[in-house]
Amino acid sequence: MTAIIKHRLFWPASALVVLITVNMLANASFARITVRDGHLYGALIDILRQSAPLMLVALGMTLVIATRGIDLSVGAIMAVSGAVALTIIDGSEDPGGFGTIMIAILVALLVSLVLGAWNGFLVSVLGIQPIIATLVLMLAGRGTALLITSGEITTVVSAPFKQIASGYLVILPVAFFIWVAAVVVVGVVERRTALGMLTEAVGINPEASRLAGVRSRGIIWTAYIASGVLAGVAGIIYSSNTMAADANSAGYLIELYAILAVVLGGTSLMGGKFSIAGTVIGVLIVQTLESTILFLGVAPAKSPVFFALVVIFVVLVQSPRVHRWGRSVFGSSRTSSAPDEDAEKKEVAA
Amino acid sequence: MRKRFLSTIALAGVAALGLAACSSSDDGGNGSGDGDTITVGFAQTGSESGWRSANTESMKTAFSAENGFELVFNAADNDPAAQITAVRNFINQGVDAIVIAPIVEDGWDDVLQEAKDAGIPVILEDRTVSSSDDLYASWVGLDFRTEGVYAGEWAAEEFGDTPTKMVVLEGTTGSAPANDRADGFNEAIEGTAIETIDSQTGDFTRDGGKTVMEGFIAKYGIDGIDLLYAHNDDMGLGAIEAIEAAGGVPGVDIKIVTIDAVKDGMQALVDGKINYIVECNPLLGELAAGLVKDVLAGEDVDKSYYVEDQKFTQEEAAEVIDSRLY
Repeated sequence: MTAIIKHRLFWPASALVVLITVNMLANASFARITVRDGHLYGALIDILRQSAPLMLVALGMTLVIATRGIDLSVGAIMAVSGAVALTIIDGSEDPGGFGTIMIAILVALLVSLVLGAWNGFLVSVLGIQPIIATLVLMLAGRGTALLITSGEITTVVSAPFKQIASGYLVILPVAFFIWVAAVVVVGVVERRTALGMLTEAVGINPEASRLAGVRSRGIIWTAYIASGVLAGVAGIIYSSNTMAADANSAGYLIELYAILAVVLGGTSLMGGKFSIAGTVIGVLIVQTLESTILFLGVAPAKSPVFFALVVIFVVLVQSPRVHRWGRSVFGSSRTSSAPDEDAEKKEVAA
Repeated sequence: MRKRFLSTIALAGVAALGLAACSSSDDGGNGSGDGDTITVGFAQTGSESGWRSANTESMKTAFSAENGFELVFNAADNDPAAQITAVRNFINQGVDAIVIAPIVEDGWDDVLQEAKDAGIPVILEDRTVSSSDDLYASWVGLDFRTEGVYAGEWAAEEFGDTPTKMVVLEGTTGSAPANDRADGFNEAIEGTAIETIDSQTGDFTRDGGKTVMEGFIAKYGIDGIDLLYAHNDDMGLGAIEAIEAAGGVPGVDIKIVTIDAVKDGMQALVDGKINYIVECNPLLGELAAGLVKDVLAGEDVDKSYYVEDQKFTQEEAAEVIDSRLY
């Protein structure tokens, strides 16, 4: 039992479970899942589908944060990626053609890769502070997206492109499989090879890892490239969702929600140890919270405050210091476990 | 931080624009000596939507060289400080008249007073300011409240005494169009059997409209919703996607009424996916240009001019869609 409670994903996971339970109690239709044409529908399925863009962006953000960095440009890269893809489809003679879609997606991802590489270059080669380096693209990227779409909302009609965000594979949404695939790929590459350990080493102490022979420049650069490409995929899903490239609102403020999801998942902004599973849970918490606002019928004017209160609550529940305080107030019998908590904290901080 | 950074860029842009405009007006003065050209500075909010692009286009067409104007254009990227700087630049350049589409209502007293002291008349378009109305010559724009009333009147006529469950996609919380369109609509449906079962903001975007509508459908089911009122076309278009994805037929299973009448919205209306659209006319250029000429000629003008908005049913939309400019 204590082993479960001690697990670092225990608190984020319980927060998610509590959130879902509250929704079900408040409105039974939240849990209702219906089958139509062999496809599943319902609020929970919506959450799995809608979380795709945030999940991909947060995944990249986790890697960047692990290297002690931050990537503010992800929302702008989403806007550029969507604008590029839809402009290509819009300009082609066969907008519904499979070849057109493939070219549009490949070019959009290539552009995102270049933008990510630019961020990585500024940070790892020129040594510019990540928050400033990526701020450049955060501002310039959205402007570029507006230029690509000439300041208008580009819309297309293309059945195969629509499948990316709205289609189904077997019984679940395509977008869900896309983010699961991304999580698996990143998880395998980071955790089944030494890359994850090296990334954490760079994040914990760049200088020491360099002296130990870790090529930190390449690792940091790779993290920003991965973040850029994942944001590019997110941009394609976002634009496919409405079949429109809205350069003004695509990915607007998503960088902050991604950082929030990463932190809710237990990854420290100080860099070093990171948890991909934690980020997945963090994103699901944020997305479920968005649905909660709808299902509880929180008035629009009050919803930002509601959102903030829940986030503060979830963060407090996870804090070791609050746990200790809670134990000392409510039960003296368990104070003996406090030293362990301290030891664990030191280990993380080290 | 971001705001300040942006406004610095905008300021630099305004300065560059000012220099360019100064030098060009000097050329005009020394060269042909054409005294009939009216130099007008236009401070636009930015380029945030399709509506805004159409509005800018209309102003540029109306204040063209053929019509005897020289237009100095500035878009402030929705930064109020940059917009005030732009207006101040217009005053320093000594333009003949200034047209402003104010980003926010407050904070205009000083700069409007400066324009008045310099003897430059100011015409406001689209949004209003909270300053006293003797600081500007006139205002031309739209009545968001009436738009809401029109949409509500259609709903009242369509549903009347039939018990109707309605969901609302609101605009950006706290914005004038969102507030006024909600008030006007509610006023018009008072006493009918239309019941608002839920109302959430979709932030005037397609994605917002789609996400919120998906939530409504999960909550009430397609059968539990009869009518959707969206504060703009884009949110309505997003909601259409959500309804279709859930296996419903937009315009039939759930009737839809929206406001704006941009091209994509009108197309959806013609296609039968939207049932009724109230226009929010962005073509204010002609009227603004006329006002500038009248004011400079010393004629008396009213303090405010409302542009009449049109309303379209599916049949009416099919007739006019090819001739529309935006």
